[in-house]
Amino acid sequence: MKKYLPLYEIFIRSKNGLHHKHVGSLHASDPQMAIMNARDVYTRRQEGISIWVIESKDITASNPTDSDAFYAPAEDKVYRHPTFYKLPDEVKYM
Amino acid sequence: MPFNAEQLNMELSLEQKFQEKIDRDERIEPRDWMPDSYRKTLVRQISQHAHSEIVGMLPEGNWISRAPSLKRKLGLMAKVQDEAGHGLYLYSAAETLGIERDTLIDQLHTGKAKYSSIFNYPTLTWADIGTIGWLVDGAAIMNQVPLCRCSYGPYARAMVRVCKEESFHQRQGFEILLSLCQGSPEQKAMAQDALNRWWWPSLMMFGPSDVDSPHTQQSMAWNIKRFSNDELRQRFVDMTVPQAELLGITVPDPELKFNEATSNYDFGEIDWDEFWQVVKGHGPCNKDRIAARVKAHEDGAWVREASMAYAEKQEQRKLNPIEVKTA
Repeated sequence: MKKYLPLYEIFIRSKNGLHHKHVGSLHASDPQMAIMNARDVYTRRQEGISIWVIESKDITASNPTDSDAFYAPAEDKVYRHPTFYKLPDEVKYM
Repeated sequence: MPFNAEQLNMELSLEQKFQEKIDRDERIEPRDWMPDSYRKTLVRQISQHAHSEIVGMLPEGNWISRAPSLKRKLGLMAKVQDEAGHGLYLYSAAETLGIERDTLIDQLHTGKAKYSSIFNYPTLTWADIGTIGWLVDGAAIMNQVPLCRCSYGPYARAMVRVCKEESFHQRQGFEILLSLCQGSPEQKAMAQDALNRWWWPSLMMFGPSDVDSPHTQQSMAWNIKRFSNDELRQRFVDMTVPQAELLGITVPDPELKFNEATSNYDFGEIDWDEFWQVVKGHGPCNKDRIAARVKAHEDGAWVREASMAYAEKQEQRKLNPIEVKTA
């Protein structure tokens, strides 16, 4: 059986001022067709004003099994947060 | 085959961590470790759900060209288009589990994968379209709302989109029936006839009774399912009976009765023989539905091939721009 069309991941900006957000995937022969299909599948009720598509195989992802070690460096750096610094109550607006 | 004590221990601790995550009501994402049986259960359930959306377009598509007004036709077309969209959201979720679209479609066409049995019943009159929206989509909503909190992230997110869109489906169905019930005696009789035929199959949509549902317990432990088949069926009956009264048509169940003690409607026994017959492929339309799907897929093959050939040619052109030859 002939291989099905390639898989694309779809990202949609719902309105200006917001990020593009991953909404799912679909199959298409090329990026242009992916954009047209994404319009019909993911924006039937005006959910978007801009679409990004990328072939799924081109995405590189971090490995979830390493995530404990991978994100550990941020764990003990409380001094990166504003509440780490103690100020008297009289100091306003800070 | 991993079979030394150390690997077995590792597997066990992964499984334990997985279950703890579930018990904390956290979500599982595609690349997270999961037991094979969890993956298999999800592939089966999500693909079955996707196939149901796709096959579900057929009984309703049957009435698009015969809708009684432009308004009804537009509504029905939008609904059928939504079902296609829902099928695609769900295939996309299933594919995150590592199964390919080819395989999924193949499983539907060869009968290896199931879809909701309700779509193996014929749509004989226009009132059937109203009844499907009211009862079939109503039952689907009842099943799908708890799935928005399913432990598998991509499935839950797909369900959120589906549920948002589904409520229009149910309302358009109910409005069709309301118009018929407020119309001529013939129209009202048509609505009653449709309810007579669709009531029991709609109750069957919740699946076998809890005592005969082998997967329920495990699915609930994995937070895939949040309520049992019988719980959801009871809620559906409780919600729907007053709506039938509002329409002025009668639910075809002589044993249906409000139970003051439980505040639920008691209802008669479902014909489980009929249920299993249709599941096994002997319903009125099983063969037609699959034949229509296979035909649509095969008739569309040239479009997929042509679009791939075009994409490949465009790619080649980018690599080797055409030299313009002069005589």
